[in-house]
Amino acid sequence: MTFSETAVMRFVRADRPAGAPIIEFRRVLKKYSSRRVLDEVDLAVYRGEVLVILGGSGSGKSVSLRHMNGLEQPDSGEVWVDGVEVSRLPEEELVPVRKKVGMLFQSGALFDSMTVFENIAFALREHTSWPEEKISARVGEVLGFVNLGREVERLLPSSLSGGMKKRVSLARTVALKPEILLYDEPTTGLDPVTSMTINRLIVDLNERLATTSVVVTHDIVSALFVADRIAFLQNGRFAFIGTPEEARAAEVPDLRAFLAAGEAPGKTAPKGVPP
Amino acid sequence: MAQAQFDSTTQYVAILKQPLWKLARVRRWIGNVSFHLGGVALMAAQLAREARSRWETSEIIRQMDALGVQSISITNLTALFTGMVLALQTSYALAQFGGKLFVGRVVVLSICRELGPTLTALMVAARVGSGITAELGTMSVTEQVDAMRALGASPIRKLVLPRVVAVTLMLPVLTLLADFLGMVGGLFIAVVEVKVGAAFYLSTVQQSVHVSDVLHGLFKTPFFGFEIAMIGCYNGLHASGGADGVGRATTIAVVMSSIAVLMSDFFLTKLFLLLPLGLK
Repeated sequence: MTFSETAVMRFVRADRPAGAPIIEFRRVLKKYSSRRVLDEVDLAVYRGEVLVILGGSGSGKSVSLRHMNGLEQPDSGEVWVDGVEVSRLPEEELVPVRKKVGMLFQSGALFDSMTVFENIAFALREHTSWPEEKISARVGEVLGFVNLGREVERLLPSSLSGGMKKRVSLARTVALKPEILLYDEPTTGLDPVTSMTINRLIVDLNERLATTSVVVTHDIVSALFVADRIAFLQNGRFAFIGTPEEARAAEVPDLRAFLAAGEAPGKTAPKGVPP
Repeated sequence: MAQAQFDSTTQYVAILKQPLWKLARVRRWIGNVSFHLGGVALMAAQLAREARSRWETSEIIRQMDALGVQSISITNLTALFTGMVLALQTSYALAQFGGKLFVGRVVVLSICRELGPTLTALMVAARVGSGITAELGTMSVTEQVDAMRALGASPIRKLVLPRVVAVTLMLPVLTLLADFLGMVGGLFIAVVEVKVGAAFYLSTVQQSVHVSDVLHGLFKTPFFGFEIAMIGCYNGLHASGGADGVGRATTIAVVMSSIAVLMSDFFLTKLFLLLPLGLK
């Protein structure tokens, strides 16, 4: 191989991140009994973006997310994550992929028999041979990412509020420096202020850690706040994929209804009540 | 005429359908049982594969305490009262042909060879098997097991292996204690109720009960422990559908592991009697 060839290859490699998708679905089919939850869908998530998968309850949003780290395997089709086809891999071989893909669960899914510190240190102890001081320093650092102090470290998850659980869970997810972050309904069950804190964290972490994020939600406010692109899932297929601006202009009736519901004016005040 | 023929045909079909319907139910039941047996076997295979990697020693010790040491009181109590009631019943039966004095022999032989291991295993199935299923089941339905997988850790190695090792190792210990307590219970009733001297009781025990009798019972217990923990873990990890699902899984686990203990007890006993292990 000549020098110029290697130089070209280096150029191509350097160029790849912007162009090639980091996650790709190719005709992914997933059935539960006879219902097609994902009906031969194609999807590409590009490096560095925040993609929001929007859809009604039970539309298969979470299922699609769970395919991205091999928690679910499709009945047919391919799922590519950072150049690896993950849909047929056994659990043991999924470990390197899962180290690169962090997932925030809807309920937080903190291990309730462990303290906050042990929860966050879990993946570090599992995958690194770091000394305790280094682990402790990293736990402090990631707690800082989610705006929590070290005083929460000794608490058990049962004594945390919903928003704090989500933040600790997010800290646990980013502890291992994943390249991809998957969020399953990050704002569900939280008050609007806490929801907005989480939304800001999603955007902030995506920039600060230079990750790619996929957010599954039915919260339209959250979707419009964090999204670079929106994918609208309906009846097991993506009815729309595009930027938030394109989503507003799209001629997809259900997506329109979704967006309209998010921006609907409140009930007007009854007569006689001063504004 | 045609109408009558049609009627009798439907009648025949109805009669034929009933046993067929029952047969279908039996077939479904057999299908279910073999499905779960296959599931447990697959998990055992995965456990064997993962057992080659690093063991969580501290977690194993924690589980040996939680599942083994903390069960001592109930298994001992069970053994004590079993020894006592066995002494009462056998002395009554032996009295009919004048063998009341040999009560110790019968009690200790039955405890060591059969009742100690089996009843201890059943108590552990009830206490530990249900506990394991409820804990892992709750972890499953609250996505904690998925979170563990998503963090690149294997639930089989982190959750199943320590519990299976702990119960398999602790059940023989619990059984040995139960054998002793059963003998003490028998002794107490023999002295107080049957009026056999303590020294005589102990000497008949010494003469008739051999180490091989105790070993015969003890050798079965690691198998029981393995079955109880595997069935508990399997049902826990496959629980779904919230509190209701965890409750159902727990019930099934206790029933399945109790049946597994009693059935495998027969086959293991037969096997040990057949094999030249000196465990007659």
